[in-house]
Amino acid sequence: MSIAWYLAVSAIVFSLGAVGVITRRNPLVLLLCLELMLNGANLALIAFSRMWGNGDGQILALVVMTVAACEVCIGLGMIVALYRSRLPIDVDELRELQG
Amino acid sequence: MSSILFFIAAIGVITGAVGVVVLRNPFYCVLALVIHLLSLAVLFLLLRAEFVAAVQVVVYAGAVMVLYVFVVAYVGGEGDSIGERLHGTVGAKGPVGSGLRLGGALVGAGLLVELLIALLGTGLEAIGGYGAGYSPGPRTFGTPAYIGQLLLTRFLLVFEIASFLLLIAAVGGVVLARRRGGLGEEDERDVLTPLDLLRPLGTGTTAEGVGAAPALAQGQREGAHETSESRVRAGTGGAA
Amino acid sequence: MSTTTYAWLVLLFPLLGTLVLALGFRRMPGRLAGWIGTGAILLSFVAAIATLISLQGHAAAHRQLVSSLWSYASTAGVDGEVSILVDPLSVFMMLVVTGVSSTIHLYSIAYMDKDRGFVRFFAYLNFFVFSMLLLVLAGNFLLLIVGWAFVGAASYLLISFWYRRTTATRAGIKAFVINVVGDVGLVLGTYFIFKHTGTLDFLKTFHATEAGVFGPNSNEADLVAGCVLLLVGAFAKSAQIPLHTWLPDAMEGPTPVSALIHAATMVTAGVYLIARMHPLFERAPAAQDVGAVIGAATLLLAGTIALVQTDIKRVIAYSTMSQIGYMIMGVSVGAYAAGLFHLMTHAFFKALLFMAAGSIIGAMAGEQSLEKMGGFRKAMPFTYGCFIIGGLALSGVPPFSGFFSKDEILLVTGERGGWHWALYAIGYLGAFLTAIYTFRMIFRAFHGKPVPEARELEGGHVHHAEVPRNPATGEEEDTDVGFPGPTHAIAERAMPMRVAMIVLAVGATVAGLIQIPKVDFVIDDFLRPSFASSPLYEPHTKNGLLVFGLVLGTLLALAGIAIAYRIWVARPGLAPALQARMPALYSLLAHKWYFDELIDALVVRPAASAGRFARYTFERRVIDEGLVGGTTGLVRAGSAAVRAAQSGFVRYYAALLVLGVTGVGFYFLLQS
Repeated sequence: MSIAWYLAVSAIVFSLGAVGVITRRNPLVLLLCLELMLNGANLALIAFSRMWGNGDGQILALVVMTVAACEVCIGLGMIVALYRSRLPIDVDELRELQG
Repeated sequence: MSSILFFIAAIGVITGAVGVVVLRNPFYCVLALVIHLLSLAVLFLLLRAEFVAAVQVVVYAGAVMVLYVFVVAYVGGEGDSIGERLHGTVGAKGPVGSGLRLGGALVGAGLLVELLIALLGTGLEAIGGYGAGYSPGPRTFGTPAYIGQLLLTRFLLVFEIASFLLLIAAVGGVVLARRRGGLGEEDERDVLTPLDLLRPLGTGTTAEGVGAAPALAQGQREGAHETSESRVRAGTGGAA
Repeated sequence: MSTTTYAWLVLLFPLLGTLVLALGFRRMPGRLAGWIGTGAILLSFVAAIATLISLQGHAAAHRQLVSSLWSYASTAGVDGEVSILVDPLSVFMMLVVTGVSSTIHLYSIAYMDKDRGFVRFFAYLNFFVFSMLLLVLAGNFLLLIVGWAFVGAASYLLISFWYRRTTATRAGIKAFVINVVGDVGLVLGTYFIFKHTGTLDFLKTFHATEAGVFGPNSNEADLVAGCVLLLVGAFAKSAQIPLHTWLPDAMEGPTPVSALIHAATMVTAGVYLIARMHPLFERAPAAQDVGAVIGAATLLLAGTIALVQTDIKRVIAYSTMSQIGYMIMGVSVGAYAAGLFHLMTHAFFKALLFMAAGSIIGAMAGEQSLEKMGGFRKAMPFTYGCFIIGGLALSGVPPFSGFFSKDEILLVTGERGGWHWALYAIGYLGAFLTAIYTFRMIFRAFHGKPVPEARELEGGHVHHAEVPRNPATGEEEDTDVGFPGPTHAIAERAMPMRVAMIVLAVGATVAGLIQIPKVDFVIDDFLRPSFASSPLYEPHTKNGLLVFGLVLGTLLALAGIAIAYRIWVARPGLAPALQARMPALYSLLAHKWYFDELIDALVVRPAASAGRFARYTFERRVIDEGLVGGTTGLVRAGSAAVRAAQSGFVRYYAALLVLGVTGVGFYFLLQS
């Protein structure tokens, strides 16, 4: 399949992730959807790397994966802290930074 | 052959993605994401990115998702129903938050359309092809050796910074999730260690530095005195 | 020292007096302030006499001296200098002002003795004298306008001297506002004149006018406009119709103020102005006619109103208005010496009348109504005598001074001929009315059955009101700062009052002798250098008219006194009967020919409603709600809208982010 197909899949995954970020209320699922977006971007990177034939895209995809791992770690840590403080696990309820 | 594999993998990817977004139970969402990740690894393989595919499976699907499973099991959290998600909760706590379902979907659709146009509709001819030429070998495109060489030569700084970032994330995770106590919990303050019996209270503190430590020691001794005295009195009082 | 140096000294002493009194008012023991004030004016009078002597030492043709201290502003062709013009006219005015002022200051030492505002009073009086001297000594339009305005300010300060009385403060405001109207006229008139002459200096203006700067003909439009506007200023200051309504109300001020400002000096400023500007007026006969007609009208109108007034000070005020009408008429028809002579004699006898009125008001413990007075003849013989002398002088009975001065004005009016005969007739009619109302006042106050206050005084005790009241409205007052003091002085008991009144009585009696027609021409000769260029300044020629006028004047005066005697002394019931038979006429006169109502309807009400409109409608709707409220409301609505975006919902922010990215991408797509 030509590269275009991979790019199309990447776009679909990315927008699905965006919809999920906007729509879901559970922060855990929100983070998962964020991962989806990152994966969509990864796919695009790998596809372009294949297209050009050099490894830059793959390195970048690795770095993105690293960053995703770090971010998951921190995000989950925050959620655990929330849970421990008996706060509701719902991003709609957590809006003290408003106004 | 590769086309069939592509389609199967693509369907897996998209199904997984849809599952993450749509499923109600967070645990099922995690599982859907795992399926998504594995299918994505297949796609990577089709694109000759062997090492990345392996890392994807081992690190992403293997480690990160396992972590996720643990947290979901611990925290749980209920999902929200489809009705809520589409039409907003009854007695909404804020008009803006709950009215985003349909709007969000529309935004996503818009984004999709735009991305498709951007990626496919422009005059990029190269995407019509199959990519650059490929000849298999031990250090060719996509092999671990190839990646490794790149990492240690051209992308050394990136490599180092990424490792630094991991370190920070690890520390941060520990700090975020540890048990906090505020001013120190009650039962911790009065705990006497063997070391306290050998030296007066307040040794090494700033109070000692400014000359207020004797008072602390005094207080401790008196407190010990009083408690014992009061116990004796109480005892006699009780006896009498 | 030179003449002009003496003149500067004349200006300096009252100014020093004001400053000393104003700055040191807390540290003045006892009645020192009064003596400082009087001393300052006396020194000024001495300096004025020195100026006179020194001036007469110059040759007749060189008696117009200008002295400039410094150039105040000279830009773009406007020469504003601090300069005075010392010539016979200004020296004459100076002598009158300082002379009469010093007697009034002396009188006030006793009259205002127990008033809490004693020092303030003398400070204001000195300031007033300084301003009046500045006005008459001014050598250019700039200083004239400055002096004019200061005099108006001093008048306001002194009318509202008892500032806690609402009637007094309202009267002060009324006087000031009408004076400001006059000021506007004065300044605009100056502009019209300056437009052609290009100079503010008096002598240069006069030379330029005589050289034909305004045009070849007489009655050139700009000149007439300028002169008429100057007349507006003169009418406001001299209380002529239609700007006269402030003068009767100005009687709210203490009696010395009425004597000084509203009888002898400030109200004569208009007469001085017309006399000073005579070269301009002679080239604009239309303006002269306006002045003559208004003067005559005021003369008659004021005389009729004075017939029915019940407040003793208002009777004297209307008589002032009437006599100033004579003076304005005089200087407008060219009788400069006569008009100014009448100014001098009027100053004497009017100030005397006011002082005597102050004495009798003191005996009545502040009450001013003629209806409550009566039979003071035995109790206050000195005051009665002063009233008689002043009354005879005012009515124009020979040999008192008023006779000579008034008849000379009317003689010159008659000599002008033509339509001036109407003014001649009005003048004599006015003289007749003057005699009637003057002696009405005297007979009502001093003849008839003594009122309780008079009996008390005969018993040796001055009446003292238990509760001090405002004589006009009957409101209760206390006697602290801002209200009249607790005791009132009468001439029989206070030496300073008696001395002052004697001086003025002597003046009122003998001053006429210096200008007996065909016998001596002291005033004529003295003032001639000021009016050298005037074709109207000539000695009298028609002997027949002269004799006729003198005889007619005497007869009318005596007839008036006789009628007054008959109505108010011999047949007491006659006055109310006449009043009942002519109710409409009485009502017209009692309402002062409805001038106050007219001005109220034409000017005050529209102005007040315009002010209300501005305050409640325009200010509130357009400015507060529209402009100010609108902009703030807009900003507030905008910030509320922006604030709604900070909801705190994370997903909302995320949605905005995605939207933003989409937008940016769209933009770039469109670009390519």
